[in-house]
Amino acid sequence: MLDRINKAQHDINVACETLGRQINIMEVCGTHTVSIFRNGIRSILPKNLKLLSGPGCPVCVTDQGYIDAVLQLADRDDCIIATYGDMIRVPGKEGSLETKQAKANVKVVLSSEDALELAKDNSAQTVVFVAVGFETTAPATAVVVKEAANGAVDNFCILSGHKLVVPAMRALLSEKNDKINAFLCPGHVSAIIGYGAFAEIVEEFDRPCVVAGFEPVQIIEGLCEICRQLLADKAELKSMYSAVVTEKGNIAAQKIIDECFEPVDGYWRGVGKIPKSTLKLKDKYSQFDAFERFGISEEPSEEIKGCRCGEVLCGLIEPPECGLFGKSCTPLEPIGPCMVSSEGACAAWFKYGREK
Amino acid sequence: MDDLIRQHILPGLKNDALDELGDSAKLDLGSGSLCFTTDSYVVKPLFFNGGDIGKLAVCGTVNDLAVAGSKPVALALSLIIEDGFEIELLDKILASIGETASLIGVDIVTGDTKTVEAGAADKIFINTAGIGIRPAGVDLGFEKIAIGDKILINGTIGDHGMTIISQRQEIKFQSQLKSDCASLADLISELLESTSDIKFIRDPTRGGLASTLNEIARSTALSVEIHENDIPIKPTVQAAADMLGFDVLAIANEGKFVAVVSPESADECLRICRNHPLGKETKIIGEIVDTRDVPLVEIETRIGGKRIVQMPYGRELPRIC
Amino acid sequence: MCLAIPARIVELEQDVAVVDAMGNRYKAKTTLLPEAKLGDLVLVHAGFAISLVDEEEAKKTWQLIAEIDEFDDTQNKLSG
Repeated sequence: MLDRINKAQHDINVACETLGRQINIMEVCGTHTVSIFRNGIRSILPKNLKLLSGPGCPVCVTDQGYIDAVLQLADRDDCIIATYGDMIRVPGKEGSLETKQAKANVKVVLSSEDALELAKDNSAQTVVFVAVGFETTAPATAVVVKEAANGAVDNFCILSGHKLVVPAMRALLSEKNDKINAFLCPGHVSAIIGYGAFAEIVEEFDRPCVVAGFEPVQIIEGLCEICRQLLADKAELKSMYSAVVTEKGNIAAQKIIDECFEPVDGYWRGVGKIPKSTLKLKDKYSQFDAFERFGISEEPSEEIKGCRCGEVLCGLIEPPECGLFGKSCTPLEPIGPCMVSSEGACAAWFKYGREK
Repeated sequence: MDDLIRQHILPGLKNDALDELGDSAKLDLGSGSLCFTTDSYVVKPLFFNGGDIGKLAVCGTVNDLAVAGSKPVALALSLIIEDGFEIELLDKILASIGETASLIGVDIVTGDTKTVEAGAADKIFINTAGIGIRPAGVDLGFEKIAIGDKILINGTIGDHGMTIISQRQEIKFQSQLKSDCASLADLISELLESTSDIKFIRDPTRGGLASTLNEIARSTALSVEIHENDIPIKPTVQAAADMLGFDVLAIANEGKFVAVVSPESADECLRICRNHPLGKETKIIGEIVDTRDVPLVEIETRIGGKRIVQMPYGRELPRIC
Repeated sequence: MCLAIPARIVELEQDVAVVDAMGNRYKAKTTLLPEAKLGDLVLVHAGFAISLVDEEEAKKTWQLIAEIDEFDDTQNKLSG
């Protein structure tokens, strides 16, 4: 494996030297952000190749209105909140799910199935599943919604915060953000949607789109392929993750998403409103929609003064350029979402890249 | 209470000092400098693959004495028991304490037992305090560490912490994970007897290897460089950590020590450790280097990249030890 | 968030599987991967198998999978 890395590294160096100019590659997915840091990949790339973190951190882009809605429900005695661990520390206006955990009606689950089980075991209360994540995670939510419908588990509902990756990439480029030269596309989202889903970005915006896995070899070879395309001045769609990703993706998963959800306009924290970028339960399943059941509307919240998460999420600045980074905004006392999430660019930068 | 002590606690811990049931134990310590330590144990679950709270309470405190360079002489044992805690489980824990202490060759010479009402403690909490004697000539400390010194660890990391996490009810997975809970007194004693070039020893419990290495950097103002390829990790532990999103470097160990030794003695230390059952997978994982601007711990990753290993922060895993 | 790890299906009844990741066994559903069979290496995310993993291809670039054969050999020696 080291041979492959050395070769890819060599080829990247040659390509970047020949290109001569600043190259910016956006790695969309938060899991890529962390893997790149953990493996020290930045430290072996040429100086003129910059990796920008994108909005691929579902926790980071979840609007504060959503968090506040969850916290309100957590305050109710007739509700149990079931959530993935990632969401526990995200701060709303008044505390976070973590601070509410003392009330014992907030449960961390590893699977949507666990959330459904909770509902079956606690018929006196309504279980609200905090359904956050991209297309990798949405099918798992759809499965349990269907199971709840088939099994008439009436005390189960979901608060859907599921978001879609391609509309976000499109929105970034439409802002006339010409800083981004290419995309390193998320490997596990692609396992679901197929790498073919990124074709429209290549065709409409003429940006190389390369899907890569999360192992260091896979990432470096992905970056190498992008550099090759940039050198050839020909943007292409390519997957370097053939062990897992196919062009069409997981049809069964896509079908079940389509059966249960429809894409609607949604607010991405820091980025703004993105058309058809959020999944909402279809009318057929509206009884399982916590927004409907509890009459909640998700209002976009005001940005926190001084917080530049929005610019970080769009790849416009790097975390250390934010005045709050490492000073008043740290993982222990986070101000913005990029610092809260373990996959947020700011948290990753703080943990792996920051010299005190 | 008298029944509890005479019928359940004493039998497993038989020794002259304890049998007297005096308010204090009287010990003849000979010469050398005295080392004294205490720790409390609140691990959950109480029983786990590779050990239990009792074994942990003995090994943990013995190890604290051992890494200070001392031979453990005596332990004090303090129990706080929740009313209603099953007597069979208590007996199991006490038997484990007795057996572990006996195997190590250390006596529990004094102790205390309290029961509290249901809800005031979670089943059982244990405190052990220990005294040890450090032979003359053994001198360990941060101030001895120098640039060029090698860092070694006596085996795989993350075993204890991942075992505990995997056996917590919420996680629900079966595993071959096993805690490495063990007394290091014997192995460390052998090392210290063979060479005086050992500068510093610490056991990476809470916060794991990352914590110990950062403590070294902070206290010496020098920097640490380790090599990912050389850090021994069991594939089962790595896979479990990957599944749950944990960093193995920051996970607790209960049968491991980190030793900083002179470069000349590194190979000999390696040989001594590898000859011992608790050190078969000993590796030299890195070295002490000069500091550029701030003392740091850096890791050279498997692919030749470099990144910082931070002192673990944030919500620590509760009740790991 | 996209934490997904490769694991082998060691038990399968309808869409309820037990998967093994280097000796860690846990429950996963194959509802999203109806074509999965006993013995397959799959990618598991949030309790669901989401994709088959081409083992030979994966061994070339995935550290933990490259170690699978060696790990299995050790397991067999221990239990054999």
